[in-house]
Amino acid sequence: MQPDRHAPPSSLSRARTRAFRLNGRAHAALVADHVLLLDYLREGLGLTGTKRGCDGGECGACTVLIDGRPRLACLTRAGECAGHQVETIEGLADGGRMSPLQRAFHERLGTQCGYCTPGMIMAAEGLLRRNPDPDEAAIRAALAGNICRCTGYVKIIEAVQSAAGSAR
Amino acid sequence: MNRFDYARPATIAEAVALAAEPGATYLAGGTNLLDLMKGDLVRPARLVDVTHIPGLDAIEPLADGGVRIGALVRNADLAHDADFARRFPAIAEALLAGASAQLRNAATAGGNLLQRTRCAYFYDAASACNKRTPGAGCDARGGETRMQAVLGWSEHCIATHPSDFCVPLVAFDAIVEIEGPKGRRECPLEHFHRLPGDTPERESDLAPGEMITAVRLPGAAAQFAGHARYLKVRDRTSYAFAIVSAAAALRLDGETIVEARLALGSVAAKPWRAHAAEALLAGAQANEANFRRAAEAALAEARPAGANGYKIELARRVVRRAFILAHAGTPARIQALPASPFATGALRHV
Amino acid sequence: MSETPLTQASAHLRHGANIGQSLTRHEGALKVTGQARYAADHHPAGMLHAVLAVSSIARGRVIALDVAAAKAHPGVVDVMTPAHKPPLAQDPDEKTHPFMFRLDVLQNDRVRYPNQPIAVVIAETLEAATEGAVLLAPRYETEPARTDFPAGAHFTPALVGVADPAEAHHGDVEAGLAGAARRLEAIYETPAQYHNPMEPHGIVAAWEGDTLFIDTPSQGLAMAQARIAGLFGIPPAAVHIRSPYIGGGFGSKGVFSGPQVLGIMAARLVGRPVKLVLRRGQMFGPVGHRAPTRQSFRLGADNAGALTAIGHHTVTASSQHDDFFEPAGGVSHTLYASPAIATTYEAVRLDTGTPLFMRAPGKAAGSIALESAIDEMAHACAMDPLAFRLKNYAEVEPMSGKPFSSKALRACYAQGAERFGWAKRPLAPRQMRDAAGMLVGWGMGTATFPALMFQAQARAVLRADGTGVVETGAQDMGQGAWTALGQIAADSLALDPDRVEFRAGSSDLPDAGIAGGSAHTATAGMAIHGAGADVIARLAELAMGDERSPLHGAGNAGVIARAGRLFRRDDESRSESYVAILARAGIPAIEGHGKSATDPAAQAAYAMHAHGAVFAEVTVDPDLGQLRVTRLVGAFAAGRIINPRMVQSQYYGGMVWGLSFALHEQAVIDPRSGRPMNANLGEYHVPVNADLPSIEAILVEEHDAHVNALGIKGVGEIGITGTAGAIANAVWHATGMRARRFPITLDKLIGPQDN
Repeated sequence: MQPDRHAPPSSLSRARTRAFRLNGRAHAALVADHVLLLDYLREGLGLTGTKRGCDGGECGACTVLIDGRPRLACLTRAGECAGHQVETIEGLADGGRMSPLQRAFHERLGTQCGYCTPGMIMAAEGLLRRNPDPDEAAIRAALAGNICRCTGYVKIIEAVQSAAGSAR
Repeated sequence: MNRFDYARPATIAEAVALAAEPGATYLAGGTNLLDLMKGDLVRPARLVDVTHIPGLDAIEPLADGGVRIGALVRNADLAHDADFARRFPAIAEALLAGASAQLRNAATAGGNLLQRTRCAYFYDAASACNKRTPGAGCDARGGETRMQAVLGWSEHCIATHPSDFCVPLVAFDAIVEIEGPKGRRECPLEHFHRLPGDTPERESDLAPGEMITAVRLPGAAAQFAGHARYLKVRDRTSYAFAIVSAAAALRLDGETIVEARLALGSVAAKPWRAHAAEALLAGAQANEANFRRAAEAALAEARPAGANGYKIELARRVVRRAFILAHAGTPARIQALPASPFATGALRHV
Repeated sequence: MSETPLTQASAHLRHGANIGQSLTRHEGALKVTGQARYAADHHPAGMLHAVLAVSSIARGRVIALDVAAAKAHPGVVDVMTPAHKPPLAQDPDEKTHPFMFRLDVLQNDRVRYPNQPIAVVIAETLEAATEGAVLLAPRYETEPARTDFPAGAHFTPALVGVADPAEAHHGDVEAGLAGAARRLEAIYETPAQYHNPMEPHGIVAAWEGDTLFIDTPSQGLAMAQARIAGLFGIPPAAVHIRSPYIGGGFGSKGVFSGPQVLGIMAARLVGRPVKLVLRRGQMFGPVGHRAPTRQSFRLGADNAGALTAIGHHTVTASSQHDDFFEPAGGVSHTLYASPAIATTYEAVRLDTGTPLFMRAPGKAAGSIALESAIDEMAHACAMDPLAFRLKNYAEVEPMSGKPFSSKALRACYAQGAERFGWAKRPLAPRQMRDAAGMLVGWGMGTATFPALMFQAQARAVLRADGTGVVETGAQDMGQGAWTALGQIAADSLALDPDRVEFRAGSSDLPDAGIAGGSAHTATAGMAIHGAGADVIARLAELAMGDERSPLHGAGNAGVIARAGRLFRRDDESRSESYVAILARAGIPAIEGHGKSATDPAAQAAYAMHAHGAVFAEVTVDPDLGQLRVTRLVGAFAAGRIINPRMVQSQYYGGMVWGLSFALHEQAVIDPRSGRPMNANLGEYHVPVNADLPSIEAILVEEHDAHVNALGIKGVGEIGITGTAGAIANAVWHATGMRARRFPITLDKLIGPQDN
């Protein structure tokens, strides 16, 4: 394929009204076809808890839940979310009360620089909804795609175990 | 990424019509395509989003004991389908050995077949690549070759196909169901991917506008369920592409091999079916000496594409080990660290 | 409640209960809820997005940029190029002190390394700016890249690291080798590595007239402020940097980088706030890296296993245009007793971005090589590696002859070995297998990192309501400065932490020094300590001078501060609350100031280092070569520990970096183009979850009366050292194969043997 070095007509990638549920609330907005969910959340809506750590699909920092399942916001078009449920780190706390996972990450020092933390918590949240009682191997498998450069993962695993345990 | 015309057809016929135009590309899970677009490696003029076409996301048992996997079935859903994993354990193992939970939740069966190579020079817009720009040359040759092909490569391209999923699929004679401007057709997966030759830009058998609608496994594939494994060697314990992988399966009568299946991954531009090795094992005793002969046969044509000769010896050992594991029997459940040499125990609730 | 006196000199003691406690992370709740705002999370009104275009060659000239195409793209506002940019007040190639690095900020059309910024596209949206940068389609005049050691002309650098000599000798190495019963000569190679903090460098810059407000991650706020002020010709006080949360730095955010300057220039150019964030691939060039090294060792030992000579020669590389030479030889100065030691350097210049400090600079690369060589020598002497290290235990610093200010390394060896079960290790390699038939090996390494101090200032205020405010521009990149320094701050005023507001992370606050060199807790902590002492001294004067106070006339006996009250030291029944003292005096607040710096007398008298011992177990597939670290035990002694749980986290993190050094990290450079071909997190491997073993970090007690009044050494970097070598040695013990080129990847373990 010969790269097309010229911008196509502006009718392309046009903005369309997209309706979806975001952190439990109905949400509708004009979103252009080529806007990624990560950039829409961060720059369009100011939901900056979802982080960008790589150029695409390599680090897990942008993990959100779509219909309850962990997905990468950096490889998801915002428009693709139409008709679906999107949850971000900002939606986990219930009326200002930290979720069990958030509390466990805080108390067990599962966070250091904190940059991978939202993605890590959302990936773990997706796991615990599907499997409330995971063993260590299942936790490690669920978080295999979330890179942390600070902690060595030890306290992250402990935090997820603790949150799962406290829910039992 | 570039701007594009976006279309969301509701039927296959609509999709095929929309995709027939030059510059159009199908979009499904997007895990590879959007990544390539972000890197300015592909610039499709139109994306034909097939994810809203009904009926393509089913896992259907077939009368012959096989299964039809809809093109839009997500990798995670397939791997976690208990009946599928029981009958085709090596495929479930391969799926779970690939990428990450987040990516498996997005990536589709059809898209997996069409994922592009991970060659660093293909993935770098500033490098010459015959895949991206036919005739531009291949900067991978003479460059960093540690991960490149050892089978079936040409002077025009030494890249590998990175899929895990496709490796056991090709071993089990999967059939690709295709619809296009000229109607429906089928293609054995073994002939679906092409070796580079002098047209490395043509990676599959698909004609312009054609789309994958399903992947079908024949009932015979399920007869290997008791002795089928996928083994993947990589630089990290998880979340890394294979250096070499192998799917190995046996049908046994006592210690006699009735039929063997073998395919290798990340050694060529396609998932590499090793018929000669299979033929050697048919009727032979299931023992290490024979597995070793099979491994020699599988790599008989291999040659390094640079400083990657180690992959040839490694591939022989991976084949041998995969057959040893298959002979030992499929574990009752998928293990922790699926497909890893360090796989242990059973992973509950995968 | 502990009553540890914090000072040794002052007449007025403060008794704190906070130091030594495992308080949870101060800002943890914000981080786990997504509310902690990192630099790129800011979005001031009217903000534009800027995206870099970077060079895809290593050396040459940009001869064409299609600025018109970029500008024609909908949403693009402007394109900053060498021909179109705001003026700078200072040449970005000027260099007036060793911490000042030359910057690439579009000063001309030269390309001197891959991924060098060559233009900045500014647009209304991130999407438009990104596409605009693609449309620039640069064309180059390319010159041959100088990419590897043999390509460059070798020379001897004047200095290595910040200011270490490039040549150091103790005794006669040649004589030591000549008289040795056993000799080892070996060359170890370490690759270029990139810091890759999870948060890419980014900046949000807004000008208000000649006053600049920026959000950007910085490990050195005051230095950054001064750098920006110089470049833009404005007073430092007109530069306001906020950096409360840093998504990892590891040294790459220690000096202000070119891309950050470009964000400020872009905002100047368009007269609107601008956000510029690096793509991950752009992190492989303009923001530093760990330089590659080739280290040649010559060791000699006598019949009893005592070292007779250590010769450590390092070849390393800097960029073509600036100087940073990886000081890998330093470890050989301090670790093992030898009558003769020589460390020497050679360097080459490559077409790369300028290397920089990366977590444990010099020490990490030096340690994996030295610990490997020591292990090889122990084997040559048929000695257990721990016994060999104990045989060569340095009672004084070998190179300088100075006594150590403290050194609990024997305890580290003993406690680590005990916990690991080292005594059961077979001497010969390839002796252990697990139940699955995998080869198992055990290795060890000694960890070391100097106890450094920089300069810092702090301000403390005690208010009439008995609460305090302590301020210093400290930087928290995840190590826990908010928490640990907050603990020191509370203790400095002898108050509970919830009575003291600790402010940090802003250039508007007093200079806390750089968060680097594992020296931040000691440096900023000592300044805080001094500021609190100043407040308490003033408060005591106020009380003792007032006839109405029960403390009146305490005089030389002095007072003790504890839990918001002052007590007479000679009669604790006489006390008064801070609130009462201030109320009677009618003073709304007392302000105190503190400073810290190294003590030259102590430096001259003592060698100051933290130490540790790391033990590693690896499992290796005998056929496939794939390997996994299955167990790591580290025991570290680093003086006084402020927050044990957070320190444990730092040790874990450091040990994982050691694992990464040994097995994973390397920039893969195309030998023809000089470009890093794995400039992404998919192929630049760092450990993922499944690579991580069971890790233990033992905090070995150590009291140091000389490093500083708080007795604090550093903990942030030592964990890498020792660990990387321990793993390399364990791989040898498992397989019998000695890898001398790092990282140890499986292709290096696929021997010709077919077993």
